[in-house]
Amino acid sequence: MDNNCNVQNVQEKHVIWVQAASDSGCSISVLNSVRPEIHSVLFDELVPGHHINLLFQATIMAGQGEQVVSVLDDPVLADTDFLLVVEGAVPFGKNYCSLGEEGGKDISIARRITDLARHAEAVIAVGTCASFGGIFASYPNITQCAGAGELLAKEKINKPLINIPGCPPHPDWFLGTLAHLILFGLPGPEELDELNRPKLFYSQLIHENCPRRAHFDAGRFAKRLSEPYCLYLLGCRGPVTHADCPTRQWNNGVNWCIENNHPCIGCCEPEFPDGTSPFFEKRLDIHAPALRKDTSGRLKAQNTVTAFSGRNTEDGD
Amino acid sequence: MTEITIDPVTRVEGHLKVTAKVDDKEVKDVECSGVLFRGFEVFLKDRDPRDAQRLTQRICGVCPSAHATAAALALDNAFGIENQITDNGRIIRNLILGCNFLQSHILHFYHLAALDYVDVTAAGGYAGHDPDLQSLRKFLARKHLEPFFPRYEGDYRLSRKQNQKACAHYVQALRVRRKAHEILCVFGGKMPHSMTIVPGGVTTTPSADKITSFLSGLNEIRRFINNVYLPDILMIARTYDDYFAIGKGADRFLSYGVFDLEARCGTPVDRSCFLPQGVMDSSLNRADTDLAKITEEVTHSWYDDQGGNTHPSREKTTPLRGKKQACSWVKSPRYQGKVTEVGPLSRMLAAYVSDHNGAKNIINSVLSEVGAQPSDLLSVCGRHAARAIEAKLIADAMAEWVLQVKPGVPVCVDYQLPDQAEGVGITDAPRGALGHWIKIADKKIANYQLVAPTTWNASPKDAGNNPGPMEQAILGTKVQDENNPYEIVRILRSFDPCLACAVHAVDVKGRNLREYKIS
Repeated sequence: MDNNCNVQNVQEKHVIWVQAASDSGCSISVLNSVRPEIHSVLFDELVPGHHINLLFQATIMAGQGEQVVSVLDDPVLADTDFLLVVEGAVPFGKNYCSLGEEGGKDISIARRITDLARHAEAVIAVGTCASFGGIFASYPNITQCAGAGELLAKEKINKPLINIPGCPPHPDWFLGTLAHLILFGLPGPEELDELNRPKLFYSQLIHENCPRRAHFDAGRFAKRLSEPYCLYLLGCRGPVTHADCPTRQWNNGVNWCIENNHPCIGCCEPEFPDGTSPFFEKRLDIHAPALRKDTSGRLKAQNTVTAFSGRNTEDGD
Repeated sequence: MTEITIDPVTRVEGHLKVTAKVDDKEVKDVECSGVLFRGFEVFLKDRDPRDAQRLTQRICGVCPSAHATAAALALDNAFGIENQITDNGRIIRNLILGCNFLQSHILHFYHLAALDYVDVTAAGGYAGHDPDLQSLRKFLARKHLEPFFPRYEGDYRLSRKQNQKACAHYVQALRVRRKAHEILCVFGGKMPHSMTIVPGGVTTTPSADKITSFLSGLNEIRRFINNVYLPDILMIARTYDDYFAIGKGADRFLSYGVFDLEARCGTPVDRSCFLPQGVMDSSLNRADTDLAKITEEVTHSWYDDQGGNTHPSREKTTPLRGKKQACSWVKSPRYQGKVTEVGPLSRMLAAYVSDHNGAKNIINSVLSEVGAQPSDLLSVCGRHAARAIEAKLIADAMAEWVLQVKPGVPVCVDYQLPDQAEGVGITDAPRGALGHWIKIADKKIANYQLVAPTTWNASPKDAGNNPGPMEQAILGTKVQDENNPYEIVRILRSFDPCLACAVHAVDVKGRNLREYKIS
């Protein structure tokens, strides 16, 4: 498991992907990658001269049981450069999720991740759960789930952390980040936002690039789902959600949520889902000029075009 | 007596652990254990009922559309609009769920199950011009063989040529399953966790270009099912024909029915579906499904017995880790108190005995191809064959359904959110019977219970100490090599378990299993 070039001068980038409290949706989303196709990631070079060596990934790996847990327990990992990918939220509560045993006792996923993170060169939290706790950390959170970053802070493990939120994240967000790590090294502070998300994918609000923005500015709002107008009054979180869905689009560019007449539910944000629901109620009050009410109380557009930037908070009126 | 623990069982959805006691090469006792608890039923309480279909999708990244469907049906029922769903809304829901079935079945056979039968090292000697196999050959030459090694060794029976072909199909299937998601998104927005199914119907705007785009992608998938998936199933069934006699599970099979052919009215079960409902015994006697006969037991699960052991609509979920005699986060649903298997096999049995024309013909022709009887379907190979047959039936039907979608006609009906209501939504998911039960009070969710397919199949023993279907399928199995208990994982994976975070199966301790041998 060394990093020396083999006969074909291909370097192996070792990756360990562990699943905590998740639904495997992030794994399935990454399988949907188009450019590159996923088999190219598994067999070929993600970028020339570099192959991803997926040491552990429970959804697709051939082995099982002790033989694959031994990969995680292998002492050679301490002297190996590898990336740790975490999918799913980490239950801090005892015994809600385990992976393998030691002396007949289950090993909690929190301890697994802690032990691996100590030796990893960096931790990539894939999905909103691993980034911020997400759906499994929602109220009342009896399993005491939190993101991987919180676990690292609690265990005082100072390792570079990159959050790739989304429920699930777009495959490009994850593989693009991996390619960046290989080609240009760890992203610098200027390349991540204050929530450790790569600005490359998360610097703009859905609202800034939304194809229905013109409807918002003109005050044309959908009254019911299935209408092709701005979904703000039906609960759309586009004005406070950071992601490039409107321009990147989903599943080989076929479609995306708002294009399908469904309000954005803010799945990339740390507040998801508690702070972004009820999903079909207008809870934002973003005081946009475009939303000035006219004398009849009807929402009316102004001529001013506004762009929102930075993180906006909800006031939950 | 040797104890074999497999933890984690990989290539399943979720966290699963299996412990088997083997004596004289035969499994004498077995325990399936779901080792992740997430608490959906707990955190749905007090939320806006309309959010249920978005939130419950997150139970499973492989079959989210089934949960969206069941939740929306439960809400339709609670809101009293189930008989008003428009044809457009109904058909588009079916198309989305249908794509989810195709994605799930193809993923299951090629990417979750096939590595138990196909030896990827055969591609090491490949000398042809297929670029996918060339890449696989180069990958093998680099000798960093994860995630395809380590693996259980000892029983790869296909010829080198058959193995190479199967490896090429593994790659091809990656593209085809992705395509199933892509066409789902034509009407579904994005995948996983599509954004279109809502109470009242769907949100999307159908149009002629979407219909043709969907159909074009669907036809690619149909060609794959006809020309690759079904022939590969026959190849595996012929080569591993002893697996028609291995892995028989429970004596009872349940289908709720799936793909509504008309708006629902009457009881949730009493409706016209493309794949019919029914409860069968192993002699294939069929009766109508009766939801009142379902109970969910928690005797051997980590939940408080107070509030458990009753019908799902009356149930309370209170986690109690450390409970004595319990071994799993999975509960034990039972039908009329009996251990019951759900999934493609149950659905195909229901279709077969209901004289579903398409199903009966294909099942008979597959059986005659491999020289098997209908009773042989109750097995590992039978489950794989049922899944492939079902994929063909659904894909062919979808090609007709999509042409019934009408642009310019409503896809969604309005409703009032009631103060108090109860609703039930049942459908079949790719892995079997799925039910959502909702109780609404003060316009909020007062109680939400769901019984998912793998809860039936991976259930632990019930109060009467009857093992669950997967456990029954493993009991009595001959294990040739306790260090490589491939029989056990083949049986487990034939159920396509979806623990959404909770399973493991392990080897006998202390063996060095990390020596990769490439032929």
